[in-house]
Amino acid sequence: MSFWNDPLKVAADWLMGIFTGWGMPELAAHVLISFLGVLILISILMVLDIFLVWVERKVVSRFQNRIGPNRVGPFGLIQPFADIIKLLIKEDTTPGGADKVVYNLAPILSMMSVLILWAVVPLAPQMLGVDADLNVGALYIVAAGAIGTLSIIMAGWASNNKFSLIGAFREVAVMLSFEIPMLATMLIPTIFAGSMGIVKIINAQTTWFFFLAPLAAIVFFIAAIAELGRAPFDMGEAESELVSGYNIEYSGMKFGMFYAGELLHAFTFGGFWAILFFGGYRFFGLELVNPVLAIAVLVFKAFIGYWLIMWVRYTLLRIRIDHMLAFNWKFLTPVAFVLLIVTAFMNALLAGTSSWLYIAGMFLSNVLVAWIALEIARFYSRREREKVEGPKKPAVEAAHH
Amino acid sequence: MTPDQITFLIVALVTLGAGFMVVTTRNLVHAALWLVATLFGVAITYALLNASFLAVVQVVVYIGAIAILFIFAVMLTRKDMRDQGPQLNKNWWFGALLSVLTFGGLFFLLQGWSGFSRTATAFPPGFDSISELGNELVSPAGYVLPFEVASVLLVAALVGAVYVAFNRK
Repeated sequence: MSFWNDPLKVAADWLMGIFTGWGMPELAAHVLISFLGVLILISILMVLDIFLVWVERKVVSRFQNRIGPNRVGPFGLIQPFADIIKLLIKEDTTPGGADKVVYNLAPILSMMSVLILWAVVPLAPQMLGVDADLNVGALYIVAAGAIGTLSIIMAGWASNNKFSLIGAFREVAVMLSFEIPMLATMLIPTIFAGSMGIVKIINAQTTWFFFLAPLAAIVFFIAAIAELGRAPFDMGEAESELVSGYNIEYSGMKFGMFYAGELLHAFTFGGFWAILFFGGYRFFGLELVNPVLAIAVLVFKAFIGYWLIMWVRYTLLRIRIDHMLAFNWKFLTPVAFVLLIVTAFMNALLAGTSSWLYIAGMFLSNVLVAWIALEIARFYSRREREKVEGPKKPAVEAAHH
Repeated sequence: MTPDQITFLIVALVTLGAGFMVVTTRNLVHAALWLVATLFGVAITYALLNASFLAVVQVVVYIGAIAILFIFAVMLTRKDMRDQGPQLNKNWWFGALLSVLTFGGLFFLLQGWSGFSRTATAFPPGFDSISELGNELVSPAGYVLPFEVASVLLVAALVGAVYVAFNRK
């Protein structure tokens, strides 16, 4: 087995040889190598995170018809390092009356909730992460989100600031509610693959699950944006009324942790969107050629998802908190549950038929559910509008006068 | 000692310590946060027992929903967040009696159990614990009745919550 076909295994074997050569017991060497692997993965992610700051600032400036950072280095590429130096040399403040331990723990937990997500991300057919023998990968994503929710409420409470507490309350309400459609739509790839394991979900995607369940992919995407707390669902940090939400009191690198965690979280959810609905590292057999190519495919797909999240963020306006929750509980959650029931039913009905019939049936049932949901929403919104504005006059009559 | 045993000992100590802090700390929000640590320790114990589904569900349900609701309830119902007031009320002797009885009963039951000295058998290759669990939950020979009863109970609780919170015009 050469280095290029499976670099991680070769490197691990090489290290194992060195460590056991030093007289270290094999078990201890194994534990040490696992720790080193985790350390390397996290370091790469953090470096990527620095790069994401630049990506985010450059993309938002294009969406807003500006140039963005362009002074420090070529294309402003050194700008994030200037940002980091600024964050590091800022005064580290703790507000009076703050709960010191909880206050300092919150940014760490926030970053951690994002980083532990990568434990289950299969980067290439040879690099599967923990998920190779973990059969609950899809649920694990939600569990990691739970820790993120906890970090927000800790930050909001420990800051001893009413704005940050209100921001935290809103953010947590949004995260708890949007978790439900997210989980329900995550169960749809699970039905197709017959397993919650992420590796099995990727292996089952000879046809991308997006073509089997486009509605589920869209609902998951919306719920993921809300889960990230990004616009249009960023009521938790509405600048115009809450200054900056749960992270007002944080300065320097502690704020940096929240900010970097949010960017990496968005990128990670782009990756999970790609994994659940767009085949993960699979791209017409390219992933079998070389693991480096497989990683490149996954990163490319994750960046497309991340770019879409940014596109939505910098295009749409902020939604009011009650509208946001009503949208979730009265529209997204019922749609997700109905779609789950329909998919499970169709899966049982179409089991054993040809794959083309299966794909067509799934696709059509998705379109049907989406159409019925939109019609019902239209009917109720029209009735609501008529209640407020009175019955609408026919257009011909209006033109007559 | 194997790494598994060392991990178990550390996790068990942390879980018990956090559980002790839940009942002794005077700040209610801190108590709720220590409870989160305890529940997380329990989740890691499940993971060590190869019950990955239970471990993840423990985190999703208990930390993600119940602990957050605890913290919400504490913040919204307490007028005064300072650490004051007695930690015990007049029923303390009853609680102590109950916990001693429970501990004694469990101790008595587990004394004759042979499982302590056995090592767990490894799963056969290709064993999917989640689908086994799913089949057990819905098969008539398994646990379909308790599962359905629990579901009906939860639906009744949901309906009750909506009824209480419903705002009649």
